[in-house]
Amino acid sequence: MEKRFVYMDHAATTYTKPEVLEAMMPYFTEQFGNASSIYNFGRRSKAAIEEAREKVAKALNALPDEIYFTGGGSEADNWAIKGVAFANRNKGNHIITTKIEHHAVLHTCEYLEKQGFEVTYLDVDEYGLINLEDLKNAITDKTILITIMFANNEIGTIQPIAEIGKIARERGIYFHTDAVQAVGNVEIDVKEMNIDMLSLAGHKFYGPKGVGALYIRKGVKIDNLIHGGGQERKRRAGTENLPGIVGLARAIELATSNIEEHNRKIKSMRDRLLKGIMDKIPYTKLNGHPEKRLPGNINVSFQFIEGESLLLLLDHYGICASTGSACSSGSLDPSHVLMAIGLPHEIAHGSLRLSLGDLNKEEDVDYVLEVLPQIVQRLRDMSPLYESFIKEGGK
Amino acid sequence: MKEKVVIGMSGGVDSSVAAYLLKEQGYDVIGITMEVIPRNLEFEEREGGCCSLSAVNDATRVAAKLDIPYYVLNFKEVFESKVINYFIDEYLAGKTPNPCIACNKFIKFDEFLKRAELLGAKYIATGHYAIIEKDEKTGRFLLKRSKDDKKDQTYVLYNMTQYQLEHTLMPLGGFTKDKVREIAREIGLSVANKKDSEEICFIPDNDYARFIKERRPNDIKAGYFVDVEGNRLGKHKGIVHYTIGQRKGLGLSLGKPVYVIDIIPEKNLVVVGDEKDIFKDTLYAEDVNFIPFEKLEGEMKVTAKIRYSAKEADAIIKPYGNGVLVKFETPQRAITKGQSVVFYDGDIVVGGGIIK
Repeated sequence: MEKRFVYMDHAATTYTKPEVLEAMMPYFTEQFGNASSIYNFGRRSKAAIEEAREKVAKALNALPDEIYFTGGGSEADNWAIKGVAFANRNKGNHIITTKIEHHAVLHTCEYLEKQGFEVTYLDVDEYGLINLEDLKNAITDKTILITIMFANNEIGTIQPIAEIGKIARERGIYFHTDAVQAVGNVEIDVKEMNIDMLSLAGHKFYGPKGVGALYIRKGVKIDNLIHGGGQERKRRAGTENLPGIVGLARAIELATSNIEEHNRKIKSMRDRLLKGIMDKIPYTKLNGHPEKRLPGNINVSFQFIEGESLLLLLDHYGICASTGSACSSGSLDPSHVLMAIGLPHEIAHGSLRLSLGDLNKEEDVDYVLEVLPQIVQRLRDMSPLYESFIKEGGK
Repeated sequence: MKEKVVIGMSGGVDSSVAAYLLKEQGYDVIGITMEVIPRNLEFEEREGGCCSLSAVNDATRVAAKLDIPYYVLNFKEVFESKVINYFIDEYLAGKTPNPCIACNKFIKFDEFLKRAELLGAKYIATGHYAIIEKDEKTGRFLLKRSKDDKKDQTYVLYNMTQYQLEHTLMPLGGFTKDKVREIAREIGLSVANKKDSEEICFIPDNDYARFIKERRPNDIKAGYFVDVEGNRLGKHKGIVHYTIGQRKGLGLSLGKPVYVIDIIPEKNLVVVGDEKDIFKDTLYAEDVNFIPFEKLEGEMKVTAKIRYSAKEADAIIKPYGNGVLVKFETPQRAITKGQSVVFYDGDIVVGGGIIK
């Protein structure tokens, strides 16, 4: 078997598509003017940004004036949550979120708790779905914000966003969703879904890293996060990341123009890979929802083994995968998401996330199906847990 | 095929140069940093200390420079239970533990070695200053003092088993620290001049009492200083604040210098006395490991040291109960429960144990 490079970590980041890079290039060396400048050369940069804003708005069914560019998804999450919390303090101090959010949301909420806010972290069921009744019951007259992710980055579970939006709107509570994983994979309509704020990040849909956007519905009362110059209609200071913004817009345009076809292709590869894994590797559990999940996401737990060693051996065979969210240093703690869906510690430790995307071919699926079962078996053969399990008759 | 070796990289100059030397020697080298510091402590920046997030950044750069694969692996849970909790429990029991010895025994040469074997490695390697050698006559692996006497780290390695010695490489044993820094500079490693870390990695400010208090707020209770006759001399802040031989920071003014000579955890008492009272010529050690032989059969003349920084002293060791009785030729200052006593025969590490 010939070693190949297989990238199955699209949920961590994607490559930048050549078309996207091409759209960005002129804005580095030629059309580099500052969008805030008065002369025509600068105005042309400004025009490029406004064109980009329109493209992003169109992809979400928002108005251009409701799109604000940021330095990425985490900044957008921070802005939405802190901005609404501080601007609406006089109305209440209660925020509702879930236990399976990205750390950009969770740690922001924890920070706000230290500032005197109260946060309810909703439980999820074994598939990672919140219960809408729990949500309704958690709402108090102090609740000012509901922030619930569109789709989970680890297990791929897609939440009932439109229903959540309806509940929030009926009660006059702001609803923010972290849609970093969803854009390009799920149809999003902020008007129909009653979304007040939505975070996205360019590098998850074949755009560049370091640029994101926050959709803020007109009328939402929100404080600034980054103070300074008057860019982004005085809402987000700092000279605009012109090439990044142009790239993000081109990427979202491409990603949302044929979601259906893209999903069909990715999903068919994903399903074949998943079936192969479940057939070939015993004592394996699928994490997340069987249907309500991102098209490229697989998250499985292999009993008796430990995820870190698995990743290193996969890496040895040229396969890039992950177990949960990668932390700053690259090392892994038991995933809070897998703990929240009720996995015991030792099973959560042996989990693997494969996220398929545009870089993958059918041959990649074949290759992973050949390599992965061998590695899992090798690790199990060296596992004392597996040994005692087999000795006891495999029950 | 090249032998695969997994080296523990702290981002410091020693393990970086060790990785370089192994690569030069033709090994297939993989660098790994063990992440051990509990998450809630990570927010404090710890300059120079090992295992920190900046250490990971340093090690990442070194590995890229050496062009070796590099990973960060999580050992937090096992470190917490086998090193941090052990450290706290020992202090609360009136002893003065050495967490580096526990880390070497339970983490580096046990969990880390196992992990390396899972990855298909034959050896692990570390940047310790010590020499591992096979005694062709007996077939046993020996641990010997490093060339650089000042940096020799055999004291913290006495627990190594034959299996561990057989599967461990310590490429710095034959070098001096100056030479290692010189190599680092020659090959352009930015960590060449990084200062040595001497504090305990999980307590970078060296304030053990604060650390223990944060983790076990209810277990530290004020009590009394007493003299050898049991007379109360004043109040102490909790036994974790004291160690045998300590004079400073007692807060007693008795008209003469007094020293901690004993700690009695059951009664929460700290016994103080004259300096002469802290000199003893005999100790008993348990959890003993021997390296050149399996078991100590009779009396043996050795040099022994009772803490990392202590001078070696002539002593006779002999089996006793579950451990070893050590009789020094001259009395030793502040023999401390929980610390390790390590025995040498010339340059060879005979073994060691924990002082009871």
